[in-house]
Amino acid sequence: MKLVLALPAVWLLLLLAAPVAIVLLIAFALPADGVPPYSLGFTLDNLALVASDPLYRNALLRSLLVAGVSTLICLLIGFPMALAIAKTVPRWQNPLLLAVMLPFWTGFLMRINAWIGLLADDGLIVRLSGVSRLLYTDTAMYIGIVYTYLPFMVLPLYARLSRMDPALVDAAADLGAPPWRVFLRVILPLSWPGIVAGAALVFIPAIGEYVIPALLGGPRAQLIGKVLWEEFFANRDWPTASAVALWLLIVLLAIPGLGIRLAGRKWPRAM
Amino acid sequence: MLILSGLTVRYGSTRALDHLDLTIGRDELFVLLGGSGSGKTTLLRAIGGFVKPDGGRIVLDDTDLSELPPHRRPVNTMFQSYALFPHLSVAANIGFGLRQQGVSRAETRQRVEAMLALVRLDGFGARRPGDLSGGQQQRVALARSLAPRPRLLLLDEPLSALDQSLRRDTRAELVRLRRSLGISFVLVTHDQDEALEMADRIGIMHDGGMAQVGTPAELYERPANRFVASFLGAANILPCVIDGKSIALPTLGVTVQAARSGPRGPGLLALRAERLRIGGEPLSNVVLGVVIDSTYAGDALQISVRLADGAMLRVKRSLADGMQAAAMEPGTPVRVSWHPDACMLLPE
Repeated sequence: MKLVLALPAVWLLLLLAAPVAIVLLIAFALPADGVPPYSLGFTLDNLALVASDPLYRNALLRSLLVAGVSTLICLLIGFPMALAIAKTVPRWQNPLLLAVMLPFWTGFLMRINAWIGLLADDGLIVRLSGVSRLLYTDTAMYIGIVYTYLPFMVLPLYARLSRMDPALVDAAADLGAPPWRVFLRVILPLSWPGIVAGAALVFIPAIGEYVIPALLGGPRAQLIGKVLWEEFFANRDWPTASAVALWLLIVLLAIPGLGIRLAGRKWPRAM
Repeated sequence: MLILSGLTVRYGSTRALDHLDLTIGRDELFVLLGGSGSGKTTLLRAIGGFVKPDGGRIVLDDTDLSELPPHRRPVNTMFQSYALFPHLSVAANIGFGLRQQGVSRAETRQRVEAMLALVRLDGFGARRPGDLSGGQQQRVALARSLAPRPRLLLLDEPLSALDQSLRRDTRAELVRLRRSLGISFVLVTHDQDEALEMADRIGIMHDGGMAQVGTPAELYERPANRFVASFLGAANILPCVIDGKSIALPTLGVTVQAARSGPRGPGLLALRAERLRIGGEPLSNVVLGVVIDSTYAGDALQISVRLADGAMLRVKRSLADGMQAAAMEPGTPVRVSWHPDACMLLPE
C-alpha cells in the first residue's frame, strides 16, 4: 500500500520537481562559454534582463493574448458542442464523445501537416472561401490551436452538463424565465466549474505552444515558446532561456491559481 | 377553470394522450391517478407546456395556452425531483419566479419571507437547498411554485420522495394550504390512498384517456368499468347475468340481490374485499367456499377463498375482535356473505 502511494510521489519527483529544480538552478547561474554553457552561481541578472527586455516582455504578452483568445474561442465553440452532446439521447452520447476525441488517434504533427495542406494558397479552404491568404497568418495559427485544444474544453464541460438535472431547466422556464435567461441564470452558473477546468486545460498548453505557431503562424509571431527555443538551441544562452522559462512558470502559476479560486467560489449571486 | 379538449400527444407511433377531454374547476384539488405509462405525467407536462400536443386545446380561464411556451403560462409546476437550483439560496429559489415577473427586489424579499412562513421554514432563507432535509426541500419546492401566485399549480408526485409518516402529515398540509390559497391544484400520483384521501375529484387514467372521473366516493363505490374497479381497491370481479336487482351467478348456480338495478343482460359483479364477511351472522347474499390461505396485513387478515367454480375471492377480515378470533386455517369450509349495497354492477 505504501509502495503504491510512493509511486506517484517518485513519478512527480522525477518528472516535475527535478526538471524545475534544474531550470531554477540555471536561471540563477552565470552565462559562460563552454559545455555546459553556464557556471553555477547566484545572480538575478538573467531574470532582470528577461523582465526588462521588450523582446521577452512582448513575446510573453503576446502569448498571453494568443492563449486567451484561443481559450475564449474554444469556449464559444465548445460550450454549444458539450451542451448538444449532453442533451442528445444517451445512446448517442458516447459515440459523439468518441468523435470529439477521434483526432487524438492520429499523430499531432500529421494533423498539423494536414492543416497546412488545407490552409495553403492552393488548398481547399482558400479556394472555397475566396480569402486571399490563410497559411502563415495569425488566423491559421488560431485555427490550429483551437482545433488542437478544443477537446480539452469540451470534455470537462460535458462532464459537468451531463450531470445537470434537466428538470432544472424546465423549472426555470416554468417560473417564467425565457430561454436566454434560463441559460444565464441556471445553465451557465451550474457549468462554471467545468468552464474553469476547460479554460485551464486549454490556456496552459496554449501559452507555451511552439509547434503550431511555427508551422501555421506568420514569421512575425514571436511567442514565448519560440523565444525559449531560440535561446536554448540557437543562441545556446541557457541562463537566459531558463529565466524565460521561470517567468512563464510564474505567470502560469498565477493565472490558474486565480482560476481555481474562481471555480471554488460559489456563483456570485445571492438573490 | 381549465378545459382540455381533444388533447392528443404522440411519442412516435404510440399515443400517450388520445383525444382527452377534461374540465377542472376553479378552486379544486384534482388528482390524476394511474399506473406507469397511463399518460398522467404526459398530461401534466402538456399543461405545463413541456410537451407539445399533436392535437386539441388547453384553455385556462378563457386563455388558450396551447401555443404558449412554458415561461408564458400562468401555471407553475412542482417537480417530482423538486428541481431546486443548487447554486441559489433557499430565498433566491423561492424568489426566482417573482424576479422573472419583474417584481422589485424589496417586494420579492417580503413575499419570500411570507412564503417561508407559509411552509414553516422561517429563518431558512440563507441556506442552500443541499443543506436541507428531504421534507424541507419538498416545502421549498412548494413555496417556490406558489410564490408567483399561479392560477393553477401542477404537482408531479409531490410526496413520492418522502417517507411514509412524513407523507401522511404532508397530505393534510397540502389540502389545508390549497383551501387557504384558493387556487386549483392538479396532482399526479400512482398512490391510490393519496388520491382517495386528498382529492376533491379523481381522474383515473388508462391508455392515454380517462377511464373515469369523479369524487373519491363515486369512483370507489360506483366504478364505471372493470379497469376502475380493479385498479382502485382491487375489487373481486365475477361474471354474472343482471336482471334488475337480481343478479345470477351462473357458474355458481346462485342468485344474489343488489341494492341498485343494472342494465339487463350479461355483466360483471364487483365486490370489495372489505365488504365481504366470513363467519358470524350471514348477510343476505351468501356463497360457499374453502379457505386457501390467510395473510396478516397489519390492519386486517387477507383471506383467499376458493368458490365452487374455482374462482378466487379476496376477503379482508377486520382484526377488530383480535387475531385469535379472526384466524382461519386453510381448508376450512366457509360462508362468504355481503349486503346488497356491496354489489357493484359493471358492463362486461
